[in-house]
Amino acid sequence: MSGLWHNAGWHGKAIALLLLLAFLAAPLVSDRYLLSVLILVFYFAYLGQAWNLLMGFAGQLSLGHALYLGLGAYTATALWTLFGIGPWIGVFIAIPVAAAAGMFVGWLGWRFAIEGVYFALLTIAFAEFTRIGFDHLQITGASGGLFLSVNGPGADKWWNLGGGPLLYYYLSLILAVGATFLVARLRQSSLGYRWLAVRENPEAAQAVGINIFRARMIAMLISSSMTAVGGVFYGFYYRNLFPSQVFDISRSIELILAPIIGGLGTIFGPVVGAIILTPLGESLTGLMEAFGINAPGAKLIFYGIVLMIIISLRPDGVWPWLARHLKLDGARK
Amino acid sequence: MLRVENISVFYGDAQALDDVSLSVDEGAIVAIVGANGAGKTSLIRTIAGMHRPASGRILFRDTDIAGLSSHQVCNLGVGQVAEGRQIFPSLTVSENLDMGAMLPRARAKREQNRERVLAMFPRLKERIAQAAGTLSGGEQQMLAIGRCLMGEPSLIMFDEPSLGLAPTIVHDVLKTIRDLNAAGITCVLVEQNVAVSLKIASQAYVLENGRVTLSGTGAELLADERVRQAYLGI
Repeated sequence: MSGLWHNAGWHGKAIALLLLLAFLAAPLVSDRYLLSVLILVFYFAYLGQAWNLLMGFAGQLSLGHALYLGLGAYTATALWTLFGIGPWIGVFIAIPVAAAAGMFVGWLGWRFAIEGVYFALLTIAFAEFTRIGFDHLQITGASGGLFLSVNGPGADKWWNLGGGPLLYYYLSLILAVGATFLVARLRQSSLGYRWLAVRENPEAAQAVGINIFRARMIAMLISSSMTAVGGVFYGFYYRNLFPSQVFDISRSIELILAPIIGGLGTIFGPVVGAIILTPLGESLTGLMEAFGINAPGAKLIFYGIVLMIIISLRPDGVWPWLARHLKLDGARK
Repeated sequence: MLRVENISVFYGDAQALDDVSLSVDEGAIVAIVGANGAGKTSLIRTIAGMHRPASGRILFRDTDIAGLSSHQVCNLGVGQVAEGRQIFPSLTVSENLDMGAMLPRARAKREQNRERVLAMFPRLKERIAQAAGTLSGGEQQMLAIGRCLMGEPSLIMFDEPSLGLAPTIVHDVLKTIRDLNAAGITCVLVEQNVAVSLKIASQAYVLENGRVTLSGTGAELLADERVRQAYLGI
């Protein structure tokens, strides 16, 4: 990030700082509803960064990130409801659980040369297996769901991720900003260059002696770990978990939209994509409620339409185009 | 320096190489010629660790490298300039060169090697910040060779380096190979341009349907009646 920061022009720095300040100060002027929308913006920006690391940088399409999201969410919430282990500790157990699943999927795919669209199918299959498994796992409530009590001992304390939206607001902001810093740093590292090499031309990457299996596995490790953290956030924010919801393919799909719309393989693409898409989707939900229309799935259809429009207008995503127009030199980043 | 002993390679049921043996002496240019589908690229890829031979040994400086993975083979000093100018098109020339120096053996001498490569290919220096995909075919081949040199190889395998290049550029590429050889790098050259490659080779092998059918010095093969008929059309 330091390199990126020094390379950015003064107006790039000014925009970044202003935006950050605006987000920091937003709770002073916004109501609960606006805060909840912003929380979702940051949440999708964060998950978008995690997914983009694997797809945008290492070039591996995962359509099953709900697996890591769900495992992260279930591990931490189950530890809390069953053993009273708080999320700040639980997250460090959730990460290895999801990362182990990620490593297994990656190993299976890349060791046996299951590439491209077949790899994507593999990731869907594992998310689906796990959903069905959790539907029958009695200890976490099976298909009936897992609920976090709101008024158990210590449940309302911040160290157990209880309390109001303000906590979740700043937590999600920290996650999104932190992930952006991390991705920017990785992009500049030799590992980041290895990922680009593997994405651009695996054959040539092999010819120059890059261990492409290892590069992909590291991308998967970081991506699934980050997604697990997002899952812990999801579990404690919504305070209820159903396998049919958290492991559903629509979870996997909705978290890849922001980076695709913002710009695959760019550092700010997932952030820009989340800022554009999430408020649109939430206003649609709001409008439909106002008109008393009950159409589940309408949001996904709407996302699909937005995706088609943006991809046909800006195939590289919005961020590279935006960066050019704002005269920021980070267009490639 | 490199000895391939009786290797056989299969893709599923199809046999690509059948009991192939050859040896490459230190400082030599060894040409491998043959028609399309004769197994030349399979041979190079097998030596490079991208395919595992079903049987046989590959000795590089007396260590068996058959079964090592490609990054391990690279790090022993076996470089490869793959067929079809395999560059990273959206990365800059500079970044492409750096990719060649990711190997542990070459990391410390990166700056030194970069200067050496840029002195050797001034055109790359002029285009150092350009995306590699915007280079001409000849320049891309120079970049692929330069990137390989960044890894400090002691042996380089060139797979069809003149493929799709204009005749004057082909000449430049072959001159580059001779220069590298004069600088002490052992070269394995796979070429469809049989006449030219036999001319510069000290030792040569003819591959047909995955088998070595003929071998000798470059001059011997150039004079061989069968080679002249099959590959030179004389």
